Amino acid sequence: MKIHEYQAKEIFRKYGIPVPPGEMATTPDQAKEIAQKIGKPVMIKAQVHVGGRGKAGGIKSAENPDEAYQKAKNILGMDIKGLKVKKVLVTESKEISSEAYIGIIVDRRTKKPVMMVSPAGGIDIEEVAKNTPEKIFKLEVDPLLGLQSYQARNLAFKLYANPKTCNQTVPVIMKLYQAFWKEDCSLAEINPFITTPKGEVWALDAKINIDDNGLERHPEIEAMRDLDSEEPGENEARKMGLSFVKLDGNIGCVVNGAGLAMATMDLVKHFGAEPANFLDIGGSSNPEKVMTAMRIITRDPNVKAILFNIFGGITRCDDVANGIVAALKEFKPKVPIVVRLTGTNEDKAREILKQVGLSATSSMEEVVRKAIELSNVTQLQMFEGCDAPTEK
Amino acid sequence: MSILVDKNTRLVVQGITGRDGAFHTKQMLDYGTKVVAGVTPGKAGEKVEGVPVFNSVKEAVEKTKANTSVIYVPSKFAVDAIYEAADAGIKLVVCIAEGIPTTEMLKVYHYLKNSDTRLVGPNSPGVITPGVAKVGIMPGQIHKKGSIGVVSRSGTLTYEVAYHLTLNGLGQSTSLGIGGDPIIGTNFIDVLELFQKDPQTEGIVLIGEIGGTDEEEAASYIKKNVTKPVVAFVAGRTAPPGKRMGHAGAIISGGSGTAAEKVAAFNKVGIKVAESPAEVAVLMKKELEKRKAKPKVKKVVAKKKKAVKRVKVQRRKRK
Repeated sequence: MKIHEYQAKEIFRKYGIPVPPGEMATTPDQAKEIAQKIGKPVMIKAQVHVGGRGKAGGIKSAENPDEAYQKAKNILGMDIKGLKVKKVLVTESKEISSEAYIGIIVDRRTKKPVMMVSPAGGIDIEEVAKNTPEKIFKLEVDPLLGLQSYQARNLAFKLYANPKTCNQTVPVIMKLYQAFWKEDCSLAEINPFITTPKGEVWALDAKINIDDNGLERHPEIEAMRDLDSEEPGENEARKMGLSFVKLDGNIGCVVNGAGLAMATMDLVKHFGAEPANFLDIGGSSNPEKVMTAMRIITRDPNVKAILFNIFGGITRCDDVANGIVAALKEFKPKVPIVVRLTGTNEDKAREILKQVGLSATSSMEEVVRKAIELSNVTQLQMFEGCDAPTEK
Repeated sequence: MSILVDKNTRLVVQGITGRDGAFHTKQMLDYGTKVVAGVTPGKAGEKVEGVPVFNSVKEAVEKTKANTSVIYVPSKFAVDAIYEAADAGIKLVVCIAEGIPTTEMLKVYHYLKNSDTRLVGPNSPGVITPGVAKVGIMPGQIHKKGSIGVVSRSGTLTYEVAYHLTLNGLGQSTSLGIGGDPIIGTNFIDVLELFQKDPQTEGIVLIGEIGGTDEEEAASYIKKNVTKPVVAFVAGRTAPPGKRMGHAGAIISGGSGTAAEKVAAFNKVGIKVAESPAEVAVLMKKELEKRKAKPKVKKVVAKKKKAVKRVKVQRRKRK
């Protein structure tokens, strides 16, 4: 899960990483108030989950509270790469002498946290990584021991020649590792980490991604989730224990298991159509999950056919069939529904589906082909103003 | 022969009195698995499906000589269960639980590296050696005893592929899911090594998906170390970047971990990649027939080439 800069900075503050004073605002008036409180020139920064905010015009400086009001007014409501800005961070402006990068991620290959620092920090860090990788210094941390002081010192010496600046930076590196580890981050980044002409160091920006599997033990971070930045349906699905990702095609997919769900989408594409979503109803076979899945998918106006691909293991086919029947009664979908069932209790499931005039195949390829075929028919008939057919 | 699970497997079920634990204990017993013990702290003396329950894994091992464990406890307690099994001397731990935080798994991985315990999972459907035993949650009836090794990061997709193999008359030596999380105990390469050594296994099916670089590493490992035919499948060709596709490990981040990269890595070393789960079986059949048709010719050609090379080298040396 991604969190916003202002939220990441709250976490930084908790761990004692130096962050300039600042607060989040949702209106120009609030922005003005915060600027007044800070009493110095400020930066107004758009809070959206997308990179390149600055280049898109989402970061502006303001000399005084009135200017802060005006700049916040310009940025709030702005569209950055398809996302509407609803929040800004108003934070004290700092003079910059140098910009460095300090970050940490989980390296899946070595199965260790890797700390990375670079004296060439700032907005072009990705370019630095690509074109001059020798300017990025990496350190693998033993997860059983954690980051040691000498390791943090060695990283700091890669950034600065001045021992005083190094001494200020070592605790920041240590604290960033602590925050990363204790808050179950999958990424924690300070970019830029700046020095000022007066010799201070500051984390000017903050980026944190949280490991979804760690959220259960961090309810305070779960509460930071920005539902506005998600597709509608994603949160609804998550609450029911489903995973759902909205896509742009017109074949709705309901599948049990993430791998099979991806393979189903791929097969839709392979046969020349586009999937409307990724949806994994998970291992258990609660008919409520099928209801939720149908509710979310039938809301999508792009969907022209819905396919079920169920390979019963722990998931029992008859439970899924009951869910389908209940969903048909409740939502009366206008688009055709095709079903594939294999595995636990599939015969029972076929009996249940028969009662509502649905038959089920046992082949994944067949169900995908059929869904595509029927979606084309629907489109034609809708064009002619007819009702959509249901599969007999 | 087979890998990981065989007739000598003596299984202890951690979390045997829970809903999933009890249900799958029965399923595993019905399949023929030697389930010798269960563990639920505080329920020693009880029985589940006739299997004695103990307070600790250590006790279970002492009383029943269990050598393998399967973990059905929720993710919150699963890490503790893994350490307990390892410290009791269990050789193979299969963890079904999904949702263990990555930081915990980083520690588990490096702790187990210094032990004799192998962990399969977490977020794994388990390991099945058809006709002999199953340790996990996969449906037994779709599998058939045979000579194809199946290794996968997925659950139901593995069943789908095993089902097509069986329909095409290709039984399995062992089929396992290594888990859909970013950090897992056993990786593709570990399993490839085992399948290569296993005399029963004649062909290997590898089912990968988006996220990480395990498939790329597997491809280069196969090129160097695996002589048996390998057919691959990669799920997630249509997955958008930056979105987690169900599995915690299935995410394209920073533009890397895409299906296209993985398919290219396999193609580069001459591994056939199926377009659909059904095609896996078709391709494997072809690969096996190809080898059966002309194994000797190949060897001769290889030898001839080597001989020519040697001659050339010698000539150069003389010059």
